[in-house]
Amino acid sequence: MKITFDWLKEHLNTNLKEEKLLEQLTNVGLEVESVANLSEGLDLFKVARIIKTEKHPNADRLKVCDVDVGEKELKKVVCGASNARKGLITIYAPPGAVIPKSKAKLVVAKIRDVTSYGMLCSESELNLSDESDGISELSSVKYKKSIGKSYFSKSKSNLIDLSITPNRPDCLGVRGIARDLAASGIGKLKDFKEKKNKSNLKQSIKVKINKEKIQGCNAFGSCIIKNVKNAESPKWLKDKLISIGEKPISAIVDITNYVMFDINRPLHAYDADKIEKGIVVRNSKSGEDFTALDKKNYKLEDNMCVITDNKGVLGIGGIIGGTRSGTEFDTKNVFLEAAYFDPTSIRSTAKKLNIDTDAKFRNERGIDPLSIEEGLNKAASLIKEICGGEISKIDIQKIETYKNKIIKFDTNLFERISGFKISTKEMIKILEDLGFNCKKEKKYLRLSVPSWRPDILQDIDIVEELVRISGYDKINIVDPIKERTKSTLTQPQKLFHFLQRAIASKGYMEAITWSFTDSNYNDHFKGLNKEIKIINPISSELGVLRNSIFSNLIMYISKNLDRGFKDLSIFEIGPVFSGSNPGDQTTVVCGLSAGKKSRLSWIEKERNVDVFDVKKDVVQTLVEAGYSSDKFFIDNETPNYYHPGKSGRLFLNRGKDQIAANFGEIHPNILKSLDIKSESLVGFEIFLDNLKLPKKTLNDQKPKFIISDFQKSERDFAFVVKKDVKAQDLINVISNVDKDLISNIQVFDVYEGENIPENQKSIAISVTIQSSKKTLNDNDLESINNLIIETVENKTGAKIRS
Amino acid sequence: MSDLKNIKEKFIIKLNDNLNLDEINKIKSELFGKNGLISSQFKNISSISEIDRKKFASDLNQIKDELQNLITNKINEIESKKINEKLEKEKVDITLPERSFVRGKIHPVSQTIDEISSIFSEIGFSVEEGPDVENEYNNFTALNTPDNHPARDMHDTFYLDETKNLLLRTHTSPVQIRTMLKDKPPFKIIAPGRTYRSDSDQTHAPMFHQVEGLHIDKDINMGHLKGCLNYFIKEFFEVDKIKMRFRPSHFPFTEPSAEVDIGYEIKDGKIVIGEGDQWLEILGCGMVHPNVLKNVKVDPSKYQGYAFGIGIDRLAMLKYGINDLRAFFECDYRWLNHFGFDPLDVPTNYRGLSR
Repeated sequence: MKITFDWLKEHLNTNLKEEKLLEQLTNVGLEVESVANLSEGLDLFKVARIIKTEKHPNADRLKVCDVDVGEKELKKVVCGASNARKGLITIYAPPGAVIPKSKAKLVVAKIRDVTSYGMLCSESELNLSDESDGISELSSVKYKKSIGKSYFSKSKSNLIDLSITPNRPDCLGVRGIARDLAASGIGKLKDFKEKKNKSNLKQSIKVKINKEKIQGCNAFGSCIIKNVKNAESPKWLKDKLISIGEKPISAIVDITNYVMFDINRPLHAYDADKIEKGIVVRNSKSGEDFTALDKKNYKLEDNMCVITDNKGVLGIGGIIGGTRSGTEFDTKNVFLEAAYFDPTSIRSTAKKLNIDTDAKFRNERGIDPLSIEEGLNKAASLIKEICGGEISKIDIQKIETYKNKIIKFDTNLFERISGFKISTKEMIKILEDLGFNCKKEKKYLRLSVPSWRPDILQDIDIVEELVRISGYDKINIVDPIKERTKSTLTQPQKLFHFLQRAIASKGYMEAITWSFTDSNYNDHFKGLNKEIKIINPISSELGVLRNSIFSNLIMYISKNLDRGFKDLSIFEIGPVFSGSNPGDQTTVVCGLSAGKKSRLSWIEKERNVDVFDVKKDVVQTLVEAGYSSDKFFIDNETPNYYHPGKSGRLFLNRGKDQIAANFGEIHPNILKSLDIKSESLVGFEIFLDNLKLPKKTLNDQKPKFIISDFQKSERDFAFVVKKDVKAQDLINVISNVDKDLISNIQVFDVYEGENIPENQKSIAISVTIQSSKKTLNDNDLESINNLIIETVENKTGAKIRS
Repeated sequence: MSDLKNIKEKFIIKLNDNLNLDEINKIKSELFGKNGLISSQFKNISSISEIDRKKFASDLNQIKDELQNLITNKINEIESKKINEKLEKEKVDITLPERSFVRGKIHPVSQTIDEISSIFSEIGFSVEEGPDVENEYNNFTALNTPDNHPARDMHDTFYLDETKNLLLRTHTSPVQIRTMLKDKPPFKIIAPGRTYRSDSDQTHAPMFHQVEGLHIDKDINMGHLKGCLNYFIKEFFEVDKIKMRFRPSHFPFTEPSAEVDIGYEIKDGKIVIGEGDQWLEILGCGMVHPNVLKNVKVDPSKYQGYAFGIGIDRLAMLKYGINDLRAFFECDYRWLNHFGFDPLDVPTNYRGLSR
């Protein structure tokens, strides 16, 4: 909502300076978004006379004009307008001036080799009207003595742009804003003397509102102004509209706009002679169509509130008028409409037709239903004043009579909510200033809500009015008590934060990427999930919810590789989606690592990152989080975006109930198809929601501290096994031989090749044997030794290597 | 006796020669070996007359100790000389680079969320979460924003189905609804998380982060709201004083509603929070609307309280001097490295939020 200080003062008696006033606007909840001086720089635009024109030497359509701008020397200006001629008084913009329409700053420029000092302006370029055909032609009678003077009268009033919240339609009019300010005690709302038109002339166009199941229009007021002469608006009216950034069009349109901005009463003016046999306000039927003032043809659906005549639809009520019945400069008789439309109906119609107009914006927020007469009177009087003519009686058709809402307000509620006190007397003063009718009844105030406040529905809304007008600075600060009765984070939340930092501490940069992604990337990683489309995505590259974090991470790692980084590790912890219902999501920690370890190191051997690097990161992280690696079980049934031979699935135990993590090399086909340029790319996913929470927290007592001081002994074994025998199985078999005696098992070599039969491999294992009860003697050791060999050979088909 | 004395003197002279380790060991066995000079003297003790025996034994022990010490010292001397010679040869260029290491970082948004949680933890809030995909009811209707309410225009919503029932939550407020539906008052929670609006330009991203706050109890009023936010802002920006302005605003789910601005100024091209005469909007808040309480089966005549919503990314930008919101989500390695935090820097109350 744009207003000026000057316009505001037409409704408000105040001594306050503009600066204080701006502060007060924000204090009562009418936030000042910006303040701009519109007339700044406009004084540069001068009234000027063309003394001579010549054809441009290098361009047929251009003229070189000598222009008198009231200075000693004439200015040479190149101009393309066909109406540029000797003697014409027009408007000149010098170099340095900013053209209001294009916001372009003029400079001295050579136009086809002729230097032009400034420009002669059209009305459209100055936002004075839509006239763009030729330069402005000023009346020689009026302006002959003004050559060299500023064209625009100096306005000191700034353009104030307010952000009006959607609950306050009343403040979409200057008067509503003035009323709020007055209530806050910084001035007095001026009395508004409504000019009643005394007329004997009958409103001759019959209006009927149909009763509908879904009622779009509840009241329709109208009057006719006969024998008008529509014209350009007088300067005061033009200036007024220009001062708030609006463009004048014609007196009749400008007047309806003026009334709308002044008291938020939208009006619509029809050419009465174009209305065929009376008006019917009804709901549309599917299949009807009409051409609106925006020159578009709209196909209507059922139950849209329309204004019609015998020939069809004239306009969509409260949203947009039609071309057929619009006023023009030659309009003789004006039919003026002021109606009350149901905000919900307005909104649903505008949404379906995708129309956004100023009238729609206002009507969907709720117009004062009792302002019909006031609006018609005000506009009709102005039309008569400016365009002449005769005003008819006002006709108002109604479906129901408006009744003011009544609220019984318990005055105690105010302090209960706001935490501070004001007297009942003060409450009444504020509410009356806002237009409420107050009656004191014992403990209550019986309040009649003003018709322009559709937002006030219950007692809490009254509290809001009272706090707002009293000032939020009156609210006392109550310092919070430092007391905690419940733990801040739940165990899963703690785990989330732990994993996040555990992964970061292994050299991964944390990234946060969109929850949506490109379906081309997502396709590679969606596994068995179905694609979840967004109906209205920002762009097709962000068209689906991610089924995996990999799609985004791999895209961004690729971008970073393109930036010239070679060795990168990034991760994200966040949601992935499996369906489009609330809750169809799980939390995943997903990481990618590209390139080499120890690249260009003088001391370490460089190598590609590999599956055992990510395996380490995953296992270490889980162990740090409190899971026991002794129980982990790993297989290789990974999703298809991993390298089938170099990837694994990790379970927290042999039960294999839920996958704790996947890790491995990304499938080479994906790297190829996405054109990822890296020596190696490995990744992992840890599924947070699948991690059973450790039963014991750090809070719980740690288990009993048991150690053995008896001598331990290390024995090495080398087993030759079939290639497909897994180290995990071998270790498992050995550890089960004697859980009391075998305290540690370590694989220290894996070998294939010479001396080992084909399709077999040798695995060398070191086993630590220690008793908690005694020092083991040679016999004891020998027997456990033999037992290990025997068991492994029996259970895995291995042969001990001699 | 003179024998002993002779041995002693003779060997002291011998040992003081410039001997190598082998030579010393040879002398050692000459003296203390099985038939060594000293060892054999011990065998003689029994043959000495009872009168002299005591003295002889004492002298012999003394000489033995003396020579032994001398030998040990000589050996140590030579060994330590040897080690020193060896160390002299083992010197490395210690300015060569260490073995390589990589450093991970925590994203500034995550760090900020931890800071926020830490601050609210101190005054008794616990953390709640809700899903990113919401239904229309939880995101709008239950929050007193019925269909065809103009306030819905303020939220450009991403939808997942044609009937517009499923959507990406446009704010964290639906967590209020979920929390209150599943439990009984009082409530004192914050809910940080991802939020989405189909809006994308320099200052808007289609995804951003919010933290919701909700405190419902029997007598929570606007003074508590002001106190809570005042405390939070001071703690978050780690300043003693902060200029803060509550101004009336409108949200369908709170009444009365307020927006909160903090004072700032631009000094040497950098934003300084807390002072100055410029205002910056950082959050929206208000008293939970009775209609919302009714929707979640909480009796508004018994319970009342406040709610707030803060833009996390915005807070992070202000605190850490980050200019471009979109860069948060563009994953530029250089940016992550520059603005990220060491994972060991866990924000805590006792140590302070930041170093």
